[in-house]
Amino acid sequence: MMLRKTAAAAAVAVLALTATACGGKEGSAGDKPSGVQPGATNAPALPQYIVATDVKLDSPTFKKAKERGKLVIGAKADQPYLGFEDQSTKERSGFDIEIAKMVAADLGFTVGQIEWKTVDSATRETAISSGQVDYYVGTYTINDKRKAQVGFAGPYYQAGADLLVRKDETAITGPDTLKGKKVCSIKGSTPLQEIKKPQYGAETSELGKYSDCVQQLLTKQVDAVTTDDSVLKGYAAQNPGKLKVVGKPFTKEPYGVGLNKDDKVLREAINKSLEGRVKDGTYKKAYEATLGLSGSAYAEPPAVVRY
Amino acid sequence: MNVLLDHFSDFRDGFLGTVSITAVSSVIALVLGLVVAGFRVSPVPPLRWFGTAWVTLLRNTPLTLLFLVTTFVVPEILFPGMSAFVLGSLALGFYTSSFICEAVRSGINTVPLGQAEAARSLGMSFTQTLRMIVLPQATRTVLPPLSSILIALTKNSAIAGAFSVTELFGWQKVMSEEGYSIVPVFFWVAVAYLIVTFTISGVFRVLERRLEVAR
Amino acid sequence: MSSSSVLFDAPGPRAVVRNRVFAVLGALAIVALITVSVVRLSDKGHLAPEMWDIFNYSGIRENIADGLVATLKVFGLAAVGSLALGVLLAVARLSDHRPVRLLATGFIELFRSIPLLITIYAVWVGLLIDHSMWALAIGLSLYNGCVQAEVLRAGVNAVPKGQREAAYALGMSKTQVMTTVLLPQAVRAMLPTIISQLVVTLKDTSLGYIILYPELLNSVRLISATTLVNGQYPYVSTIVVAGTIYVAMCLALSALATWIEKRGRRAKSGIGIAPAAEPAAAAAVLGGEAASGAVLAHEDTPGTAADGTGRGPAKD
Repeated sequence: MMLRKTAAAAAVAVLALTATACGGKEGSAGDKPSGVQPGATNAPALPQYIVATDVKLDSPTFKKAKERGKLVIGAKADQPYLGFEDQSTKERSGFDIEIAKMVAADLGFTVGQIEWKTVDSATRETAISSGQVDYYVGTYTINDKRKAQVGFAGPYYQAGADLLVRKDETAITGPDTLKGKKVCSIKGSTPLQEIKKPQYGAETSELGKYSDCVQQLLTKQVDAVTTDDSVLKGYAAQNPGKLKVVGKPFTKEPYGVGLNKDDKVLREAINKSLEGRVKDGTYKKAYEATLGLSGSAYAEPPAVVRY
Repeated sequence: MNVLLDHFSDFRDGFLGTVSITAVSSVIALVLGLVVAGFRVSPVPPLRWFGTAWVTLLRNTPLTLLFLVTTFVVPEILFPGMSAFVLGSLALGFYTSSFICEAVRSGINTVPLGQAEAARSLGMSFTQTLRMIVLPQATRTVLPPLSSILIALTKNSAIAGAFSVTELFGWQKVMSEEGYSIVPVFFWVAVAYLIVTFTISGVFRVLERRLEVAR
Repeated sequence: MSSSSVLFDAPGPRAVVRNRVFAVLGALAIVALITVSVVRLSDKGHLAPEMWDIFNYSGIRENIADGLVATLKVFGLAAVGSLALGVLLAVARLSDHRPVRLLATGFIELFRSIPLLITIYAVWVGLLIDHSMWALAIGLSLYNGCVQAEVLRAGVNAVPKGQREAAYALGMSKTQVMTTVLLPQAVRAMLPTIISQLVVTLKDTSLGYIILYPELLNSVRLISATTLVNGQYPYVSTIVVAGTIYVAMCLALSALATWIEKRGRRAKSGIGIAPAAEPAAAAAVLGGEAASGAVLAHEDTPGTAADGTGRGPAKD
């Protein structure tokens, strides 16, 4: 019965695909908001941002953005509740997206004036330094190597490598309990290098996307996923009944907003915006409506570093 | 800062990884390829259809997609917890088996008609004819394409690096992400692959010479 | 020859029974294998109707269509690039000047021996990190160009010697002989193999997924990574859809190759048309010295893999 329905749906899908690429149902494919989706009624509401008017900055990036009337922001697209783009509605959501929006509002740009651009980790530096994006918000750890190429405002969030496990997992309570367990992460990522050290005795699995690892965790191919806790919280929030974050970060990854290295004025403006948003509570609200849904409590962000 | 000296143990692991996944998936591909070739020339229609479907499907699917299948679909059908190496070898072995099957089949077709006819007139069965008369003679014509197929397999094993198998592409990726210049990294990886591929073509050249018969 | 095979006799009564038994057993085994797979997948919810319903959404379809366009775009670039490079390298390898010949040979051998992925990744990281499309197109052109060069060289060598001699006797220059006499005939003779190699190129565009080029496989992967269906990610359904599209595209191209080969066999130019059977032939082309001979060797073999008109029961 179920199989027949499946076959019918598949046939319809394939036929429709071959017939025409457009048309078809509108809206978001997949599971419908069930109360824990950002923006849903009984979930903590997303903050509204009041857009500043008459912002004047002596910043080349800002002036260019004003001229074109649009702010180009780089972000990630495949991290639920963090930097996410719904592939059927093209709507962006998540904590990093909210940070980008609140900064944009303080710079005098409405949400409608934002042009989003998906930029992957490998090409972040070149996208920023070549001016393809005005600024970038996407799990971007501030470090000295990157500071040589781009500028950083913030940090706006203190992330740290952590472990994501299945909800019924009791044996894994931190990196020291990984002996003989299978741990998945992205090839070459820092937490993976750490976990690979012989003292932990973990088996590692290296795939191309975090969702690959999460899928393997759900299908019991691996026992844990490691990367920044922010990313893991996002997946835990997406799969609330199935996954949880262990909550013992073993590295420190301060996230910053990446921007042009020489644009000190814009950097200061973003720093000020972040400080203000933390103070007036919109930052906390944004957290609670996104990553907070994973059950991980809110923590004050680290102080902004002006270097 | 010499990338090879600094990370020689990783490089060695990658090299051995490439060699071992090539070896394991070659065996899978050879066995499967022979069996499916047998299917394709057999007197039993369903087996022939299966062989045709197998070859058509596998030959027209990108290998990357096959890796996705073995990584995410196969463990769901069999059982969870299969190692990436096994799954990667399966993907490579299955993919390559379709090419080997076709090489073997055209090899079978090059054996003169009279041979099989003579075998049959001696009362040999299909399996006997194939095993004792046709395949040994087909080996000679199959060897050159087989050598190329195995070299292609070696090169294709690089894709396994993107699916959690320790091999040379993984080393290249990690090294370039650690900030080493791509040129020396590329150079050493290329040298390593050349060693493997030259070894394979060398072995096959020896084999070909051994099996050379004046006809 | 009729449909009877050389490998087995027309079956007698006992053999008919035996073959039937085998047929039933074989069919049962195959059906069982498929059933078990489907049941196992469906048990775990991978085949639920909702998993397939995502493809009914216009946003998802647009994504797939965009990916398909990106794939075809890079395939077009790589096809043009590899053919241009192939002609260039083939001519260089047939040159009368030793240094040119050596250079071309070295180039071909080098890029043919290195995995395509390694080349693509190096071009991407080293030169074109911001332009993954060009990195992919260049990587594909480099590798496939070398393969096409060998195919073309084999084609040129297959043109009867008299043609070249006649052209020289007419007072044509070396370039004229190559461009107006040899190459056109080589291309014609090798067209099926060339197209078969284009199928390989088409399949290899999926490597773009590793350098983040948003081609078909990548966009499908993005869909499976970002759409949660029944609390799972739709890996199985997206892989099936992507696979179907790839197989369909490749089969269409292969069919073109076979059609050209059949048409070419009617012409009587004295130059055999290479078989479109890529596995043995094209793989042999990939394989160095043994190759150039092997490609053409196929012409002498009465029934090669693809044409299906030869002996052997390979007619399904």
